Amino acid sequence: MFTIDKKAKNFSMALMAIGLIALTYGFWTDAHRAWPSLLFNNYFFIGIAVFGVFFVALQYVAEAGWSIVLKRVPEAIMGALPVFSAIMLLIMVAAIMHFNHIYHWLHEGIMDPASEHYDRIIAGKEAYLNATFFIIRTIVYLLGWNYFAKKLRALSVLEDKQGGATIHFKGVRVSAWFMVFFAVTSAMASWDWIMSIDPHWFSTIFGWYVFAEWSAIGFTTVLLFTLYLKRQGYLQDVNENHIHDLGKWIFAFSLVWTYMWFSQFMLIWYANIPEEVTYFTARLEVENYKFLFWFSMIINFIAPIILLMSRDAKRNNGRLIFVGCIILLGHWLNSYLLVTPGTLGTHGHIGFTEIGMGLGFAGLFIYLVLNTLNKQPLETKNHPFLDESKNLHT
Amino acid sequence: MSKNTLYGIFDCEQVLLASVKEIRANNIEIKEVYSPFPIHGLDKVLGLKETRMAITAFIYGCIGLSLGALMIYNIMIVDWPQNIGGKPNWTFYHNMPAFVPILFECTVLFAAHLMSITYLIRCGLFPGGESDSPDPRTTDDKFLMEIVVEGDVTAVKEILTKTGATEINEKDV
Repeated sequence: MFTIDKKAKNFSMALMAIGLIALTYGFWTDAHRAWPSLLFNNYFFIGIAVFGVFFVALQYVAEAGWSIVLKRVPEAIMGALPVFSAIMLLIMVAAIMHFNHIYHWLHEGIMDPASEHYDRIIAGKEAYLNATFFIIRTIVYLLGWNYFAKKLRALSVLEDKQGGATIHFKGVRVSAWFMVFFAVTSAMASWDWIMSIDPHWFSTIFGWYVFAEWSAIGFTTVLLFTLYLKRQGYLQDVNENHIHDLGKWIFAFSLVWTYMWFSQFMLIWYANIPEEVTYFTARLEVENYKFLFWFSMIINFIAPIILLMSRDAKRNNGRLIFVGCIILLGHWLNSYLLVTPGTLGTHGHIGFTEIGMGLGFAGLFIYLVLNTLNKQPLETKNHPFLDESKNLHT
Repeated sequence: MSKNTLYGIFDCEQVLLASVKEIRANNIEIKEVYSPFPIHGLDKVLGLKETRMAITAFIYGCIGLSLGALMIYNIMIVDWPQNIGGKPNWTFYHNMPAFVPILFECTVLFAAHLMSITYLIRCGLFPGGESDSPDPRTTDDKFLMEIVVEGDVTAVKEILTKTGATEINEKDV
């Protein structure tokens, strides 16, 4: 059984306190800037949380055995999902109530030909981009993800108590449905929450791009928590073979992310069509973002490819932690760049509001995950592949 | 002293694995094991050094990347700059995004092909090469362990039989 370390609890509390101060400060000084900051931080962490569900479901549908000894870690990560879902819903409700101006297409009169704000391109997308449908979709994604998270967790706990193949096969079925649901909703959520910030622009690869990002940071988070628990003396069945496998996933998904990033960038750069290229000019020709744009891309790509390529590196905890932190930072910066240029134009910059809220979210996330870890024994029992996982050779 | 080569033939890879462990525990050196398919964990049990294939792959990839860069630089910048879609064509650096797929493919091509070729050469599998395997049945359903023994062979033979060899052949060197 896992008990929360006093130091870890105080650490997460301190981070949350910083976050609260940053939140208050942000909304006090400049609410226009605080909302996008809230959105991109929440986008980053809800991605990790929903990735926990994806990880568990992936192991079920692939009948994968290697990860069973560390199964409680992704389960704990999905325990953070309800809170971040609530925050996401809050942001979206505030958006349609016009408390914030993240989404340009929600502006008054933009779909109305008589209005001076009329925008023909956005009005053409009214069937999809309208407030009612938008909020219904958001609720559907969030409810769906939370439902599957709860279901998979309940099955896992039941399996510990009862055992037997029936529960396992039920898990496979539930996971298969989740895969179908998540394939559609993760892409749609990325269009709704992120891509529609720049409503004139669209990219067909965007859903995969966001999914690759969530996977990269998700696997990194699973790895970091696993290493933390191992260092605290838990999860003794996890050995360097499991860590090696997680390292491979991080390496692979960092490259998938770069692949998506580049596919999107190169086609737009090459075709150079005005309606597409505005997305990148808003990032590349603005002093505030230009450096971050290249910097985040380079550290998300170069750090894993150079530092994690060899087998020994993926078995070296220090190296993995170092690269993991770089990846989290890189993708956090990238999330910032997904949201800010479209909302704050040329005025966005990273300051206390953004960093403080990021730290606050991190604290909240750590607190929720540790809390969920606390609820069930860390060692799983009765899983059909448990023995396979304990005897893993990579 | 005469040298003898013993060939222990096994029917099952699990028996072979256990036998390899037992024989190595008795400080007898195994020269080679022949098997129709890769056996999981055999390399560890045999105490083989880790393969350096990954290092060659990295080197070949770097060669591919450099040659690809050289090629595309020569074709698109030096030899005959072409205006494609109004893209800058006087410097490599400005046209870089368009070259990335080519650089990537060259890297993969060189790494994959040269690695395969290296593997085949290291295994002696080139046209006209002769098979190392002393018994053609190792390509079908038998596993073979090759041990070079100096002096008395009976002790080694005994262990082989004890650990499950179905057949032992002997050859003078």
